[in-house]
Amino acid sequence: MLDRQAVMQEQDLAPPVALPMLSPEARRRQLKEKLIAWTITAVAFTGIAALVLILVFVAKEALSLVTDTAAREEASFSKMFLPQLVRKGKPLAYVWQPVSGVPKVSMIPLFIGTLKTTAVSMLVAVPLGIFGALFAAEFAPRRLREVLKPTIELLAGIPSVVLGFFALMVMASFLQETFGFTSRLNAVVAGLGLALAIVPVIFTVTEDALTAVPRSYREASLALGATPWETAWKVVLPAAAPGILAACVLGFGRAIGETMIVLMASGNAAITSANLGDSVRSLSATIAAEMGEVVVGSPHYALLFFIGVELFLFTFVLNMLAGIWTKKVIQRLKGGAG
Amino acid sequence: MPPTPATPRNKMESRDLTLRYGSKVAIKQVSLAIPEHKVTALIGPSGCGKSTFLRSLNRMNDLIAGANHEGTVFLDGRSIHDRTLDVVDLRRRVGMVFQKSNPFPKSIFENVAYGLRVGGLKDKAKLAARVEKSLRGAALWDEVKDRLDESALGLSGGQQQRLCIARALAVEPEVLLMDEPASALDPIATAKIEELIHELKATYTIAIVTHNMQQAARVSDRTAFFYMGELVECGPTERIFTNPQEKRTEDYVTGKFG
Repeated sequence: MLDRQAVMQEQDLAPPVALPMLSPEARRRQLKEKLIAWTITAVAFTGIAALVLILVFVAKEALSLVTDTAAREEASFSKMFLPQLVRKGKPLAYVWQPVSGVPKVSMIPLFIGTLKTTAVSMLVAVPLGIFGALFAAEFAPRRLREVLKPTIELLAGIPSVVLGFFALMVMASFLQETFGFTSRLNAVVAGLGLALAIVPVIFTVTEDALTAVPRSYREASLALGATPWETAWKVVLPAAAPGILAACVLGFGRAIGETMIVLMASGNAAITSANLGDSVRSLSATIAAEMGEVVVGSPHYALLFFIGVELFLFTFVLNMLAGIWTKKVIQRLKGGAG
Repeated sequence: MPPTPATPRNKMESRDLTLRYGSKVAIKQVSLAIPEHKVTALIGPSGCGKSTFLRSLNRMNDLIAGANHEGTVFLDGRSIHDRTLDVVDLRRRVGMVFQKSNPFPKSIFENVAYGLRVGGLKDKAKLAARVEKSLRGAALWDEVKDRLDESALGLSGGQQQRLCIARALAVEPEVLLMDEPASALDPIATAKIEELIHELKATYTIAIVTHNMQQAARVSDRTAFFYMGELVECGPTERIFTNPQEKRTEDYVTGKFG
């Protein structure tokens, strides 16, 4: 240890001086900063509070399924999720008929409906969106790229009722003629209609992620004797993985919650089958179709809100999983010190 | 009249090479030899075209929209712009280390193995052997041998740059182009890189762009001075620094401008 005083003397350091009062100008500046910070915080919390309140309201309306005896009787969890006796002498089945004499409230056909349409749409839209973005970001001539991106972003702005109409009138007939579906409106039609809506979402976000990959990675790869395709596939795409995953999650959220396209193009028959050619009824379309005529406060009414809670939970869980995965990927890319 | 092939002891040779970005001339009529197993330093003030010249030796300028060239560069007497020479093969023979270290966001091992994998090497034992050899060649092996699976981005700046050198060495190029490889590094890391360049010239032919004239004097056998896109003077390093023929060279190396 050096002698402190000697060190200070050697460097000609002055001993600390007692601080004078803050100048009025500095005080005003600090006050202004604080005020701005508070305002921004308040605005941010208003937004968050509104979202939380929506969730609380939806959950509250669904709560009578647990608290109300009549509702518990008519729509118990076992009736929602386990196979029920529908007709004497027939095997147990999953049926959604909430307004018949004996209400049948199985959620399973609705889950299957949502699963089928979402799966079809993601299977089509994810490769289309990602490869489209890869083309635009890596291979397209500059002029084409300048046209391509705004055009596809414009597609994202088409109202879903228009896409639904297109799916209902044009795609449905074409697909039935091509593949010979028994039902004209089915999971494939609705899924492809959904894909129209989510391809632009996945494309745009993926393209942004790819363009954000530093040029130095591409140069390094090419300088090592990799072809442009190897560079795009082995360097650029992995480096953009977190952004691409975010794009897929965004697309999935849209697909699972999108209502109008599915309502118009899926046939809305709650059928429990694995066949993609059958008509389906999705969770979101069920809410939209039945909410208008339901008796407020009835078990059916609570059920529809419960479907809303389920939709929320699905997206929430998926977002969480994606978040965890993204964090892992980023950690692997960046390493300890990153 | 077809250009005569380069003399064999010159590994690379540019012949009246002019390069434009759009209509802006970046280098004009540069004829410069890169002798085999020697270190050739390219010096000159910013924007003088030395990096552009270096990047045209393995056709990295092809990637820039609007870049076009006249004249050519010979590699072992053969024009690199010849239709029969694939640019991918050219870049495997003429490797490059960039100014800013740019390891891929992959593990240390995968960074070095990348060039080998795209070159078609699949055998795991061979890959591991080549990776080790390259890392040893870049004097990095001892520092990273226990963490080959960790991300390359966790290395220090100097280590990252040596990793980039190892990555370039792994594909066993004949020529190594270095674009200010030490400009972002501290003096100790710089010294390590310079030492490395000394060792590498036994095996490779090296061309290095540098802003640092002491560095050029320390590492190179020959020096070429670029100014405003032109090659002003080139010759043995010692002569360029002690007895330059051109006034502009003298002014630059003595620090009168730059």
